[in-house]
Order: sequence, then structure tokens, then C-alpha cells
Amino acid sequence: MTAAGISIRGVDLSYGPSRILRDVSIEVAPGELFAFLGPSGCGKTTLLRLIAGFAQADRGTVEVGGRDIGRLPPWKRDVGMVFQSYALWPHMSVRRNVAFGLEERRLPRAEVERRVDAALERVGLAALGDRKPSQLSGGQQQRVAVARTIAIEPKVLLLDEPLSNLDAKLRVQVRRELRDLQQRLGITTIFVTHDQEEANTICDRIAVMNEGVVQQVGTPIELYARPANLFVAGFLGSANMLEGGLVEGGRVFQTRGGARVDVPAGTFVPASAKLVFRPQDAALGPVRDDALGLSGVVVHREFLGATVRYGIAMGADEIAVDAPFRSGDALLDVGARASVTLAPGAALFLGP
Amino acid sequence: MRGATPGQVAAAALIAAFLAVFLVLPVGTVMYVAFTEKGTGAFTLVNFADFFRTELFVRSLWNSVYVSAMSVVWASALALPLAIVTTRFAFRGAALVQTLGFLPLIMPPFVGAVAMQLLFGRNGSVNLLLDEWLGFKVPFMEGLNGVIFVQSLHYFPFILINLSASLRNIDRAMEEAAQNLGSSGLRLFRRIVLPLAMPGYLAGASLVFVKVFDDLATPLLLNVKDMLAPQAYLRVTSIGIADPMGYVISVVLVVASVGAMWLSALATRGRDFSTTQRGGGGLARRQLSRGEAVLAWGAVGLILLLVLSPHLGLLLLSFATVWSFAPLPDGYTTAHYARVFGESSTYIANTLVYASLAGAIDVVLGTAIAYLVLRTRLVAREWLDWTAMAALAIPGLVLGIGYLRCFYGVQLPGGQPLATLWIMIVLALAIRRLPYALRACHAAMQQISASLEEAAENLGADKARTLRRVVVPLMTGGILAGFVTSFSTAAVELSATLMLVQSNSDAPLAYGLYVFMQSAAGRGPGAALGVIAVLLVAACTLAAHLVAERDHRRKGGSA
Repeated sequence: MTAAGISIRGVDLSYGPSRILRDVSIEVAPGELFAFLGPSGCGKTTLLRLIAGFAQADRGTVEVGGRDIGRLPPWKRDVGMVFQSYALWPHMSVRRNVAFGLEERRLPRAEVERRVDAALERVGLAALGDRKPSQLSGGQQQRVAVARTIAIEPKVLLLDEPLSNLDAKLRVQVRRELRDLQQRLGITTIFVTHDQEEANTICDRIAVMNEGVVQQVGTPIELYARPANLFVAGFLGSANMLEGGLVEGGRVFQTRGGARVDVPAGTFVPASAKLVFRPQDAALGPVRDDALGLSGVVVHREFLGATVRYGIAMGADEIAVDAPFRSGDALLDVGARASVTLAPGAALFLGP
Repeated sequence: MRGATPGQVAAAALIAAFLAVFLVLPVGTVMYVAFTEKGTGAFTLVNFADFFRTELFVRSLWNSVYVSAMSVVWASALALPLAIVTTRFAFRGAALVQTLGFLPLIMPPFVGAVAMQLLFGRNGSVNLLLDEWLGFKVPFMEGLNGVIFVQSLHYFPFILINLSASLRNIDRAMEEAAQNLGSSGLRLFRRIVLPLAMPGYLAGASLVFVKVFDDLATPLLLNVKDMLAPQAYLRVTSIGIADPMGYVISVVLVVASVGAMWLSALATRGRDFSTTQRGGGGLARRQLSRGEAVLAWGAVGLILLLVLSPHLGLLLLSFATVWSFAPLPDGYTTAHYARVFGESSTYIANTLVYASLAGAIDVVLGTAIAYLVLRTRLVAREWLDWTAMAALAIPGLVLGIGYLRCFYGVQLPGGQPLATLWIMIVLALAIRRLPYALRACHAAMQQISASLEEAAENLGADKARTLRRVVVPLMTGGILAGFVTSFSTAAVELSATLMLVQSNSDAPLAYGLYVFMQSAAGRGPGAALGVIAVLLVAACTLAAHLVAERDHRRKGGSA
């Protein structure tokens, strides 16, 4: 089976007056494990359902393996979907659940049984075929749902929040298993999640979505280090965001609180940009006299083990700074004054 | 963990005593009499041997089974299209179906039976027209057919309600997963939707079977005597309460009721198919094409016309001067209503009193039992619940026979037997309807978080005051729903009443209806009384619905 790419171009979708998807275009490469990441209501699940045929685009095309599938009904699309609730049919045994898609394809009985065995073997449930779904644990049910979908050898695999119904401990294990399975099958897979950690740990690339718009597409590291806008910066990891504006002919960014940061030559600063930096990219030091850099008062101190997170009040703003902790370090106390130094290249100027 | 207070123990003991005297004792007595030798009290199966040796009884048993099964078949044929069209398609008439589809339940089936005779009987409107235009007649109402026809029209809402609910409860993802794997159309319906809706269907179907099996008045009014319930009634009323056959038949009725419920429970065991999960929200509704819409409206219209025909017939009959051998009445008059209000207003007054009292007893008992079961650690508290629910499996006829047997010998100070006192009718009605009220109260109390009560106790209210000031006000909607269900079904109940009414002055509306309907001359006033009964129950149901809505809104739709 050769993997098929997915290409979504210019998709708009509205339910009545609310626009769920706006001009969405995404290219997923063959064999890629790709995530749709965003807060609830961002349109990621709708986009997934659109690929599966459960939602209709007002405009735009969806192609799988170079073929436009926009007009096909769900049952002719050959895109396997694992539902968030798993949607295992309670009146059928595990085997019958897994056999369902193969029977619908009118495969010979022997072929059906062989492929059911293979699919159950793949997910490590060969021994539980005769159970009813209600007799399985949540993790096992999830694997049945996956087995049922991969048994039909779909062109692409769609996973709708596959880990959300599992407890935290199991999630880490299952996401690795999903990645391994996807690599072994070499199947193009889309993974919908609102959890950045899930997306970061197992996905090749991520599309970050908000309010129906794709904000940025990239590898986890690209998105974290080079967020395209404030939403992406804030959604992936924590970030300090300070309002302000350009002064001195665009060479310096001055925050609302009066702090000034040099803008490196050639940097594009969008309109109504904010100064953005990660807490671990700043360092605290003794207060200097020039008062032109960033400085403020420690108002919170949280000991997190490997790091200490300080809350620094700078005028009306409050920023977070993470300092690595080593035994014996002296910590700053609440009320102390401190200067904040940004690592080279850490300052980003991002618009909404 | 809470211990049981003396008050709770006393309440439990009172309820237990009530259930023991008015449910367990009468039913137990019926069983005892059926299995013992007359006079000596020795255990015997002779009565049952007699039953199975008597050709009439065996035929009656067979007829009852046949009529009940066929009623289920026809009721399913009516309910299935309505349930599917309203739950699976974007159908404009869904609200209409949901309202009109439940109308049959607010009228006792035997009331409709007379109207049905006039519409569908051998010389009824439909057959007269058929004969005139096409030259043949259809024996809709001949013998057992008539009972099946009337019962399936009357009881099909039970299947409609249960089937619609379970269709609605199917998670949309269940269907989408099947489509995703390549299934569609009828095949998807047969392999996924239908099996998932099966528990709801079976619950409704078994209810229809039991109701039809136990119904006494409809076959009697249609002059079908060779069925079990009429046989039991006729034995007791013509031969007397000492004759063992009435008791044997009662036992057979109870066994059939319990058996049907047990079978449906068995068939659905381990299949908790309420599959809706968060983000699920019922099956997708498909748009109807133009042709499909015409077809759907046609089918729904035809079914609703059929379902409403007893009501229409009754209305016509209540205003008719003479209606016989003609498609429509010869003339119209309001004389029947005048007569009913003039001389039969005691029936209406009695009904209001009996049904209100029964409803009140039910909600008090229901609330108390629900409280004891859900909120206390009393030993064996579930037994109260189970015993009260067991009334569901006891046909009204059996309860009536039991009351006669147990309480006829108890003499009141005036020399009158206790069994003939009107209060016994109220108690029988209360016991019969207790399960409905109990479930409503139970559900209402379950939705109240225990922490609300703990907060009241923490602020100094004792258990009784907490119950009165916090729990009961929060349960208002549920209690009211329970009251109205009990009230409106008690208002049209006949099978227990028929055994217990001793004089016309004590008789409720349903009994009066039955008396009127037995003579041709009484049909007009009977129909008028029937219309009044329907309006009464409809008004109560509507009022309850409105109050429940308001209650729901008041609590912010969260309860």
C-alpha cells in the first residue's frame, strides 16, 4: 500500500451565520503523522469530519491521493476514522466490530477472518475477540476502534482526539503505540487534539488552528521557536507578551511600561505588535542604573523543582521568568528588584 | 454515612404495612386460593388441572395470547414508520406526530371500542362505503379482530415512545462509524440502527403485550368473552368469589405479565445501549427529497387518521341523534351532554375525588420511598422499592379480586363489608399507579445533589425540616409529574374498579362509561361522558407539561 497525501484547498464552511472554517488550505505529505491543534471550537474536528465526509464545504476542495473526494458520500471515501467516543457497537463482539467494514466490502468470509485476525494481532488484542466492547477497559476499547479502522486498509487514517478518554498515565503509553503503529503501516494520518504535548511528542507536523483559520503549519520545533503570531506563541508553551510600539525610527521597541528593547536590523515588526519571549529565555540580575532595559519587582515565586518561576511586575505588566535551579542557589525574595536580560534572538515581535 | 433515625424507621414501617395490607395480602390471597383445596386449605394443583381440562379456558388462554401478540405486531406496524420518520429525518410534522401520536393513551381503550364499531364494524361507515363503491366488506371488527384492532390503535404509543427514545439516544458516531467503514442506507439501518434501538422496542412491545393481555373492558364491550380476563371477571361475578377458577385465571394473568416483562428484560440484559456520549447528540437527520416528503406525509397522515378515528367517532357519537347503518349520524344534538351533566355528574365528581386521592397517596408514598431508598441506610430499604414496583405486574382485575376476597369478610360497624367502601377503590387505584409516581419521584430526587441537604443540615435544619424546606421544593417538578401520571391514568382505569364498584353512586367515570356503553340507547350519553373524560385527562396532561416546562426553566434547565 502506497501512502496517499491529503490536500485541502481554500475550504470555507458555515453553519448558518457562524463561520466554522475560513479559507483553510493544508497539504499533508504521504506517510506523514499530522496534527490539527487548537482550542475547542477552533474548527479542527469539523475539518476532520469534512475529510471523512460528515460535513460539507461551502467552497474549496479536498483531495486524497490526488483524487477529489468532496462529492463522495462518507461510505465511498475510504478514509478510516477513529471516533473520539470510539463508537464501538455494543451489540457486536470485538471480532464483529472489526469485521464490519470488511463485510461491507463484500470480501470472502475467509479473507474477512484473516484480516480481522491480523488487525487484532496488530493492536495486541488477538485474545479478546469474543468479548463485547463493554467488557473491555478504555485503553482496550480504543485499540479495538483503531483495529476496526485499519482492518479496511484505508488510504488515510483520521484520529479524533483519540487519547481524550484515557487516563493521564495511559495517554503517554498509547500515544507512543499510535506513533509506532502509524510508522509500521506507513499510513498518512491526521491527529486532532487540543493538547500541545500530544501533538509535539508524536506528530511530524502540526497545523495550529483558531477560530476556523489555520494560524501556522510547521514542525513542533518551528512552531515553538518561530511562532507566526501571538496566538501560536501563546498556545504552544508559555510566553510573555508586552504591549508597546516602535520608537527611534524603528530601531527600538518601547513597552507600555517604558522598557526598551533593541530591534535587530532587518526584523519585520507587524502592526500592533507585542514583544514576545519565553520565560526560560530571560535571565534575572542585579538592577542596573541605566533603567532603559527591562527591570521590575519580584511579586511571585513558585518553586517547580528544576526551575524557579518568578513573577516580575514591570509597571502595569507582569512577566514570568524561569531560572534553572541548582542546589545551594540563593533565590530572590518577593519584593526584591531585578533586571531582566533577554537571550540573543529571544525577543520576537508578533502581531495578532 | 448516616444512621437511620426513629422517624425514618417509623415511616418505613408504615409504608411496609400499607404495601403488605393492600398489595401483598390481596395478591397473596389470590395465589393461596388458587393453589389450595376449597374448604380444607390443603395444597393442590387440581384447580389448575381443571383449568387446562376445560376447553373454554384453554381456548381463552390461546385467544388472549393470540390477541396480545397480534396487537404487538399491528402496534409495531403503526409505530415503526412514525418513529423512524420523526427521529431520522428533518420532518416538519414531527411535533404533530409527537402530540397526536400520544392521544390514544388519554382515552380508555373500551371507550374507543364503541366508536370503532360504528366506524369499522360490519355495518360501520367504512364498510358501508366500501360495499357501496367496491362491493365488498372488510371484517375489521369481527370477533378477535376487533379486539386486536382497538388495542393496537390504543397501545401503539407505548412502542412509539420507547422506540423513539432509543432511536434518539443512539450516538451519532455509531452511525458515522458504520458509514466511515463503507455502510449506508438500509444495510446500515439493519445492521446498526435497528439492533441498537431493540431494547427500547422490546420494552414497549412487552408493555403492549401485558396491557392487552390484562385488559378486561375492551373485549367485554366488544362482546368477546372467550379471553382470559373476561372469563375471570365472569366467573367471579356470576358464580361468586368462592369459585376457584377466577383465582386460577388470575394466577395465569400474573404469570403471563411477569413472564413477558422477564423475557424482555432477558432479551436486553447486558445491553445497556444508551450510547449517547458527550458531543454525541442523536442520529443525523436526513433531508427528505420532494417525493419522499410526499410519501412520508401520506403515511403519517394515514396512520394519524386511523389513530384518531376512535376520538373522531366518539365526538360524532356524542352529538349524534341516531347513528346506525349510515356512514354519518342522521342528525346532531347536544342533548347527550345535557343528560350527562344532569344525571351523571356524580361520576365526574367521584372520578375527580378518587383520582386526586390516589394521586396524592402515590406521590406521598413515592417521595417517602424514594427518600428512604436514596438517602438513608435503612436495612432492606430496597424491598420497599421492589414491592411497590411489583404492582406493575399485577393486573387490575387480579387486585380487584384480591380486595374482594380479603376485605369482603371484614365488617364495618354498620354491618357493611369493608370491600364495598368507596375508599377501597381509591386504595386499589393508588396501588396500581404507585410505580409510575415512584419512578418520577425517584428520578427527581436522584437529581438533587446530597450536598444541598448537607448544607441545610450544616446550617441547623434537622432531617424533617431539610426534607420540607430543601428536598421537596426541589422535587416539585418530579412530584407533579408523578401526580399527574397517577391521576390521569387512574381517572380512566376500569379493570380493578369494575370488581369493586358496588353502587352507581360510588362509581367513577370509567365505570359509568362502561355501563352506558353496554346499551344502544346509552351510547350517546356514554360518548359524551367519554369526550369529557378525554378532555379532563388532556387538560391535566397539558397542565402538567406546562408546569414541568416552567419548573425546568426556573432551575435554569440544569435539573
